[in-house]
Amino acid sequence: MTVSVDTERTVRLTVNGVPREATVPVRRLLSDALRHDLGLTGTHVGCEHGVCGACTVLVDGAPVRSCLVLAVQVEGASVTTVEGLARDDGRGGQVLHPVQEAFRECHALQCGFCTPGFLVTIAAGLEARDAAGEITDEEVYDLVGGNLCRCTGYANIKKAVRHAAATMAISAETAAGPPAISAETAAEGGER
Amino acid sequence: MTTKLFGEPVRRREDARLITGRGRYLDDIGAGALAAAFVRSPHAHARIVDVDVDAALDVEGLVAIYTYEDLTGPLAEPLPVLIPHPQLHAPRTGYPLANGEVNHVGEPVVMVVATDRYVAEDAAERIAVTYEELPVVVGVDASRAAQHAVHEEIPDNVAARHHQETGDVEPALAAAPHTLSFTQYVERSACMPLEGKGVHARWDADDRSLRVHTSTQASTSVRAAIAAKLQLSLDEVEVIAPDVGGGFGVKIVHPWPEELLVPMAAIALGREVKWAEDRREHFISSAHERQQRQEVSVGFDDDGRITALDVHIWHDNGAYTPYGIIVPIVTATQLVGPYVIPVYRVVVESVYTNTVIVTPYRGAGRPQGCFAMERTMDRIADALGLDRAVVRERNLIQPDQFPYDHHLTFQDGRPVIYDSGDYPALLEKLKALVGWDGVGALRDDAEARGKLLGAGMALYVEGTGPGPYEGGHVQVLGSGKVLVSTGLTTQGQGHETSFAQIVASELGVPIEDVEVTTGDTRRFPYAVGTFASRAAVMSGNAIALAARGVREKALRIAADVLEADPGDLQIEDGVVQVRGTPGASIPLRTVAVLSNPLRYAFDEAAKQATQFATHDDTKPPVAPGDAPGLEHRDYYSPLRSTFASGAHAAVVEIDPATWEIDVVNYAVVHDCGNVVNPMIVEGQVHGGVAQGVGGALYERMAYDADGQLQNASFMDFLMPYASEVPDIVIDHQQTPSPLNPLGIKGAGEAGVIPGSAALASAIEDAVGRRITSMPISPTELYDLMRSETAERTAALDRRTGVGA
Repeated sequence: MTVSVDTERTVRLTVNGVPREATVPVRRLLSDALRHDLGLTGTHVGCEHGVCGACTVLVDGAPVRSCLVLAVQVEGASVTTVEGLARDDGRGGQVLHPVQEAFRECHALQCGFCTPGFLVTIAAGLEARDAAGEITDEEVYDLVGGNLCRCTGYANIKKAVRHAAATMAISAETAAGPPAISAETAAEGGER
Repeated sequence: MTTKLFGEPVRRREDARLITGRGRYLDDIGAGALAAAFVRSPHAHARIVDVDVDAALDVEGLVAIYTYEDLTGPLAEPLPVLIPHPQLHAPRTGYPLANGEVNHVGEPVVMVVATDRYVAEDAAERIAVTYEELPVVVGVDASRAAQHAVHEEIPDNVAARHHQETGDVEPALAAAPHTLSFTQYVERSACMPLEGKGVHARWDADDRSLRVHTSTQASTSVRAAIAAKLQLSLDEVEVIAPDVGGGFGVKIVHPWPEELLVPMAAIALGREVKWAEDRREHFISSAHERQQRQEVSVGFDDDGRITALDVHIWHDNGAYTPYGIIVPIVTATQLVGPYVIPVYRVVVESVYTNTVIVTPYRGAGRPQGCFAMERTMDRIADALGLDRAVVRERNLIQPDQFPYDHHLTFQDGRPVIYDSGDYPALLEKLKALVGWDGVGALRDDAEARGKLLGAGMALYVEGTGPGPYEGGHVQVLGSGKVLVSTGLTTQGQGHETSFAQIVASELGVPIEDVEVTTGDTRRFPYAVGTFASRAAVMSGNAIALAARGVREKALRIAADVLEADPGDLQIEDGVVQVRGTPGASIPLRTVAVLSNPLRYAFDEAAKQATQFATHDDTKPPVAPGDAPGLEHRDYYSPLRSTFASGAHAAVVEIDPATWEIDVVNYAVVHDCGNVVNPMIVEGQVHGGVAQGVGGALYERMAYDADGQLQNASFMDFLMPYASEVPDIVIDHQQTPSPLNPLGIKGAGEAGVIPGSAALASAIEDAVGRRITSMPISPTELYDLMRSETAERTAALDRRTGVGA
């Protein structure tokens, strides 16, 4: 008896603003499809049972554990991964999302493996709230409470959420900057 | 831009890639590689009767199946005992694939290689292994009872009997005004890095070279092990640790079976092969730590000063002993902490069980040692009716007693001689930070709210930076870029930043010009590894020495060009300058060009160094004893370990309705000598405390009597989320180490060490019942409070007016 491989389907979706398609077995997890079929390895897999949150991506703007979703389920959807949080600055560089800036500023990551899941979850959460209101402790806990980190003890992650919320509040006040995007340019390696 | 960055909270250089998804972790490497999956034992102890692979052979995409029968040469022998010790009298290690017998659930039996992981697992589940089950030994007490043997030829289950003593303990105990004896337990937890292990191998048959990426803490030694086991010459093997998603100890063990089998398959198949561990595999086939039974007898005087200490520990080492008896030795020698112990005897029996191997997890035996010592202090205080801080204070080694020799032998084979410290000052700072003297008022306040409040503390001394050595290489390129490499590896500690700070400070260059590489045997082939809070001490100092060598050479060359005395030169912002003479300067990058006498001008800068551009005919272009290039390699090899120290205090509030334990205040005072980057050190403390709290209140490996791990997932193993980790207040003290050029001590493990001890003390203080086993859950606390046999503390009786 020959065991056949799974039926394949072609999935069309938008990833980080770019139309993509991949032909995958129907059982392929979204996390694996993003990482191995589309080459977006920024999304990490920590437990494969939906608990750690490292694999979180945004599907049509909402945080989703990509290890609990099949690739075929996101047909037609818009997916944002950690690679899609920063924006091109139009000069060959990138403008980091305020949450990315805040993580770096507040030392909110160590090994960095869980970081993409935190970043997209927090980014979605902060963008969904009224940036003008001061963020409460409860909001901070809500935003970080569903993801596991083994390195940081979460203190600096919570600090980064407050930092990012403050940055976004300032951005919201100034008509100049687009909402939710830091005016600072990502300076790779620029430490001080 | 200042170049004096040592001691500054410089933002991390590695973050730019890690926050944008451009990190390169093991499973990000080798797109298109074949995937390996393993058939692992479902039994804790069994003989393998038959392995039937027939049903797997039809799986489309299957490439190869390997069992023990396919292993040849050294690969068919047991895995190495990495750290032999004379007292490890019965070492045992497994085979890369089980050879006839399995000794824990999760032991690898068959490796399947297929076109992708899905297919590999399809094939693996069709392989039928027939087992004959054997009696199972779980837990130290069962092992000690030795009704059954884990390894048939070791009927008492004892792998090692580690013994150290500093005097004749029995007469000292007999002569003590007071004595106490008690037994306590610590349970198993595990490192649980968010990224599991993983290996990728690529064999180039044409030039006979093997490149292995592995998520390891010890790439140079993995390389040597692969060469030995696969019978390759060392120069045919490269091992690289890419970005590693956390280690905490589990990745210092090597070679893991997969680190040999994946390269073996890559060579045999002539294809790239990769294995990325999944979470269940990590739970049942990586490593755990911590379980011990501790029997303590202590003698002390009326003031609470210890006169003699006798400790007998049974340490569960799991099924095998690949990492020797390092954890038992660390417990035995770090137990004494910051205290004067006039007579000390310790015996640690390391015993086999049919469970996952036990190897260092952050702290590596220190949390257990601290638990034994600190709970002893609490008991003395309780017995004498003294403040727990006072008893500790009276037993502390005083600042004028350094160097302090405990007359013990540490895990590096060297004496336990504390280099420096100020323990009374630590304790004072801790009391102030946590508000120790105001706990009574807090307790009253909590009581008024219907809550039980208690405080506890624990002090520790941590041997950090053990040898034998690490090295560093610093090279200035003609572009001005400064390449730095060291062989030890990084798992999130920010070495790219702190080592760059050291080089920027030592060499006088902008940190932006410095590029650090760790854990890549192509760049630096001699190294030991990252463990025991040693990276900053060992590689930090080696890199500093290498940078100093570069600086000396740069000044020598620049002095020639500038016709100045090297002593009059300084380097700032990458420019060598005659002190006090503006304009008399030369960029370091030009010095780098001139350091390499050339025949060929491959670019504009190189013209300066060619043979018709230089004019000194009196000596050869490269003088005897000199070498071309502005680079230097150096090593740091310490006489013995440095000893960092610290003190933690916790205040807990307990709800007597639910017995939920809420840590309302957690205070840390920390001394790791001179600090390279305080932001990074503080981050290490935060992470350590989170693991300490997890180990004290939430995490345990729940094995049943059959050796099945009942909670082998993140759903059931309660690793703390943000909601479980208390806010931490930190105070610092810096007592430089006199042992190394930078005066630093390690900081990586400190935060985790006193967690269980401090929290047990606080819970005991709150509820007035003796806490003799950690971790403790609300259910266990509830049971303890209802138990007829639970021991009431004398402190509770005093508080409530019962008894003395």
